[in-house]
Amino acid sequence: MHPVTPSHYLALSVALLLIGTAGVLVRRNLVIVLMSLELILNAVNINLVTFSQYYQHTHGQIFAIFVITVAVAEAALGLGILIALFRNKPTVQADEIDLLKW
Amino acid sequence: MDVFLFFLFAAIAVICAVNVVVQTHPISSALSLVGVMGALAVLYLLLGGEFIAMAQVIVYAGAIMVLFIFVIMLLNAGEESKQSKSLVAQFLGIPGFFALLVVLAFGILRLFPNAPRVRFGEFTSAGAEELGRSLFTQYLLPFEVVTVLILIAIVGAIVLARKEMD
Repeated sequence: MHPVTPSHYLALSVALLLIGTAGVLVRRNLVIVLMSLELILNAVNINLVTFSQYYQHTHGQIFAIFVITVAVAEAALGLGILIALFRNKPTVQADEIDLLKW
Repeated sequence: MDVFLFFLFAAIAVICAVNVVVQTHPISSALSLVGVMGALAVLYLLLGGEFIAMAQVIVYAGAIMVLFIFVIMLLNAGEESKQSKSLVAQFLGIPGFFALLVVLAFGILRLFPNAPRVRFGEFTSAGAEELGRSLFTQYLLPFEVVTVLILIAIVGAIVLARKEMD
C-alpha cells in the first residue's frame, strides 16, 4: 500500500483551508461563517502538528496549543458580538445587517 | 493499518467539512463540525500528538461546540433564506476551488518528494509531560501572554453580550 507521508497531511490541511474559505465567502448565516473560521484554524493546526512530527520536535504542538487558545477566544468574542448585534437587529443573515448603511 | 486509518479519517474530515458549508440549517452544520473535530483528533493521534488530540476533543468538540449550539438556540436561527446567486460565482467558483486545490496539493507533493513516511508510534516524545515542561520553561512568556488574552476575551464577551443597563 502507498505509504502516508507528511505531504498527505498537508494536502488534507489545504483541502480544509479551502473549504473553510469557501464557507466564509459563500454563506450568509453568521453562525456558519464563524464555524468556517474554526475550520480554517483547524487546517493551521494540522500543519503545525505535521511539521512537529516531521522534525521530531514538540515545538509545533506547543504552537498548536496557542492556536487552540486563540480559537476559543475568537469564538467567544465572535458569538458575543453576534448576540449584541441581534439585540439591535433580529437577524443573523450577513446581508441584512446594514445598520450603518444609508 | 495506519494508512487505512489515515485515509478513512481524512475522508470523514473532508466530507463533514463540506457538509458544514453546504447545510442550510445551523444545527446540521454544528453536528458536522463535531465530526470534523473527532476525525482530526484521530489524525493527531496518528501523528503522535496525544495531548493535542485530547485538547481537540475537550476544547473543540466539547466547549466551542456547546457555545455554538447555545447561540443557535438563543438566536433561534432557522433555515437560511434562499439568496440570488450570481452566475459568475457559480460557474467560476467551483472550478476555481478545485483548480486551486489540485495546484496546491501537487505543489506540496512535489516539495517533499522523498519525505519519510509517517508511522504510528514513531514519535512519542510529545506527551503531556514534555509539552508541559517546555510550556513552563522555554515558552513561559507566551503562555503568560495567552492567559492575559483569555482574560481580556472573557471580559470582552461579558461586556458585549450583557444587556444595556439604564
